[in-house]
Amino acid sequence: MPKRVLLGLFLACGLSAPALAQEPKTGGVINAVIQPEPPGLMLAMVQNGPVQMVSGNIFEGLLRYSPKLEPLPELAESWSVSEDAKTYTFKLKKGVTWHDGKPFTAADVLFSIEMLKQTHARARTNLAQVDKIETPDEHTVVFTLKQPFGPFLGIFEVGSMPMVPKHLYDGTDWKTNPYNNAPIGTGPFMFKEWQKGSFIRLVKNPNYHEKGKPYLDEVYWQIIPDAAARSVAYETGKVDVLPGGSVENFDVPRLSKLKDTCVTGAGWEFFSPLAWLWLNNRHGPLADKRVRQAIMYAIDRDFAKDVIWNGLGKVATGPSASTIKYYTDDVKKYPYDPAKAKALLKEAGYKGEKIRLLPLAYGETWQRWGEAVKQNLQDVGMTIETIATDVAGGNQKISEWDYDIAFTYLYQYGDPALGVGRNYISSNIAKGQVFNNVEGYSNPEIDKLFAEGAVATPDSKRKEIYEKAQKILVEDVPVAWMLELQFPTIMRCKVKNLITTGIGVNDGFKDAWLDK
Amino acid sequence: MKQFWKSMLKSPSGVIGLVILLVAVSVAAFGPMLFPNSPWRMVQRPFLPPFTLSTVPLGTDALGRDIFAGMIFGARVSLLVGLVSTLVALIVGVPIGAMAGYFGGKVDDALMRFTEFFQTIPSFALAIVLVAILQPSIYSIVASIAVVSWPPVARLVRGEVLSLRTREYVQAAVVTGQSNSWIILREILPNALSPVIVLASLMVATAILLESSLSFLGLGDPNLISWGYMVGAGRTVIRQAWWITVFPGIAILISVLGLNLIGEGLNDALNPRLSREGR
Repeated sequence: MPKRVLLGLFLACGLSAPALAQEPKTGGVINAVIQPEPPGLMLAMVQNGPVQMVSGNIFEGLLRYSPKLEPLPELAESWSVSEDAKTYTFKLKKGVTWHDGKPFTAADVLFSIEMLKQTHARARTNLAQVDKIETPDEHTVVFTLKQPFGPFLGIFEVGSMPMVPKHLYDGTDWKTNPYNNAPIGTGPFMFKEWQKGSFIRLVKNPNYHEKGKPYLDEVYWQIIPDAAARSVAYETGKVDVLPGGSVENFDVPRLSKLKDTCVTGAGWEFFSPLAWLWLNNRHGPLADKRVRQAIMYAIDRDFAKDVIWNGLGKVATGPSASTIKYYTDDVKKYPYDPAKAKALLKEAGYKGEKIRLLPLAYGETWQRWGEAVKQNLQDVGMTIETIATDVAGGNQKISEWDYDIAFTYLYQYGDPALGVGRNYISSNIAKGQVFNNVEGYSNPEIDKLFAEGAVATPDSKRKEIYEKAQKILVEDVPVAWMLELQFPTIMRCKVKNLITTGIGVNDGFKDAWLDK
Repeated sequence: MKQFWKSMLKSPSGVIGLVILLVAVSVAAFGPMLFPNSPWRMVQRPFLPPFTLSTVPLGTDALGRDIFAGMIFGARVSLLVGLVSTLVALIVGVPIGAMAGYFGGKVDDALMRFTEFFQTIPSFALAIVLVAILQPSIYSIVASIAVVSWPPVARLVRGEVLSLRTREYVQAAVVTGQSNSWIILREILPNALSPVIVLASLMVATAILLESSLSFLGLGDPNLISWGYMVGAGRTVIRQAWWITVFPGIAILISVLGLNLIGEGLNDALNPRLSREGR
């Protein structure tokens, strides 16, 4: 009850903020939904989606990325690359302070990288090509690479490499550091309070290094566990922003039609989530390439897009989403063709062996999708048994390779070397992890192509290599690619400039302001 | 037996209940033969309102699946789960109750403490936990419903046996040297059967509700359609498409009502304490 009164007060403050003549206007409070409740806010330690969505306001990376994935300055104000593409020099912005007032320097960068190498699996891989890091002065960081690494400028986003305050973490046990619960960053908003199960409150950083920003006074992340209740919260005005994935897809058209409501699919270019079915290549009928191809033909992916995802997204053509560098659609096509699927199954000698299907326990949409895919596969004569499970149970089954077909979706991080290759190269076959090559696909040629592609120069060479890899993969169908997902962000039209970069809401409310 | 049917058919609630059950059973038994299409198949455009197309009389759900087909196939699962789990509960509950009542003393104490152990846990919560641990499937659902519904049977049978074993005909059987099992099976249980039958008919209704609730919460067998699953899946779109939840909901309501009416009719017919002529 007191919470509601408090909220009402803040809302009232937001509405009565003085209307300034010039744009953008300062002041105001935004209520956004966060789903599900994040397990923590220390981005360097935990990297689930909701963690970044909230703490992307608190922490910053050296760079941001435009919707076209070009690097933009953030904590680094400029950067240069040597002739041989092996030395990257970053000039850090001067006058940046942590939320506790201490200055941000090159020593923090150095420390953050050392920490991330131990706590952040993807950062460790991203930094594999780094030979040494030097800090000639307080505001310069020089990375020297073992060999040229094409996507290197793409690894500095806040979720991939958040900057951690050295003076608070150095020499402590990171896991039990008290600042994990009240994180200190350099970002536009400061952590204020977290009522578990209710809301997370961030307040404006008055000393933010970009003068005048942020415009908002406070950001509330409301935690509402039920999807229908989240829609209602938006309708009743309790929240102003519904980030992608926070309401069920069939509610999107209805909410979009509401008065003063704006919808955008932008802000996911950097992640480019791609949904696919893991196919266990190791044993049973799925070990046969023809059966895997039959699955591609059997599944009506346009139906999934139009009906289950309400027309959002795009049918995938292969391992790369169309927004990823070096994407090509000049690959083998798999239109919906049950007759062809049946023929391929017959050719492969499939005789109705039972195949287990593991849906993704992420809510209604994914459950319905599992049912539709099962029906598609049964229609061409496959025997499918759905295994009911929760998220943790599903993750465990997949990581233990105890599945035949399993739903998933993964982020691709703009470059095939960062987000695509990891799922297909044989060196990434490791039991116990969920997001590597769990399908068990092993092809020396693909291994070679991805190894070469990561370090090849110039760009045209990389393009050639990755296009070849895509062609081979699409022919082999190690996994069944479904859709490039689109997560629409729904918000009140008075919220301006919310999504300005390629990671959208995950990049924080730094540029956002309220008109009214 | 003739007397039983006579009084059963005399009570209007019993007749209505029987008719409903008969319809439900024949739908479950023969419906799938008349409508061979799988209820999971996407047959029409999604969210088609009811009574617009004769091929899908009750409309379609969020994926364009026939709701009418779902209702028919759902009847099978609901009734099957209701009957089988009640049967299992009786198989467990009746012997425990009979032994406790007949032998008394330490046996009674031990068996009743064991029964109370199950009774102290809220039955629906226990059913959810069991299904979640065992992984949702038709077997785990039947098992968990049986586990939560046998204690009342055991207690009822124990009470009946306690009162019956002091009767003279039972004592006569003891005197003539009949074995304990003979006495329990041939002398006592047949006379304790009436209240058990009434209880069982109500248990079937409860089991159908339990199965529906489990499916509603997403703990149903993912490979079988059931009314509870349909209600649960349609719940989130109830504002756009009321028919997805309403029709299976009505099916649950009517079949549970029918079983309750039968229970009432059975009670009227079997209870010797109620005067048959005076009503």
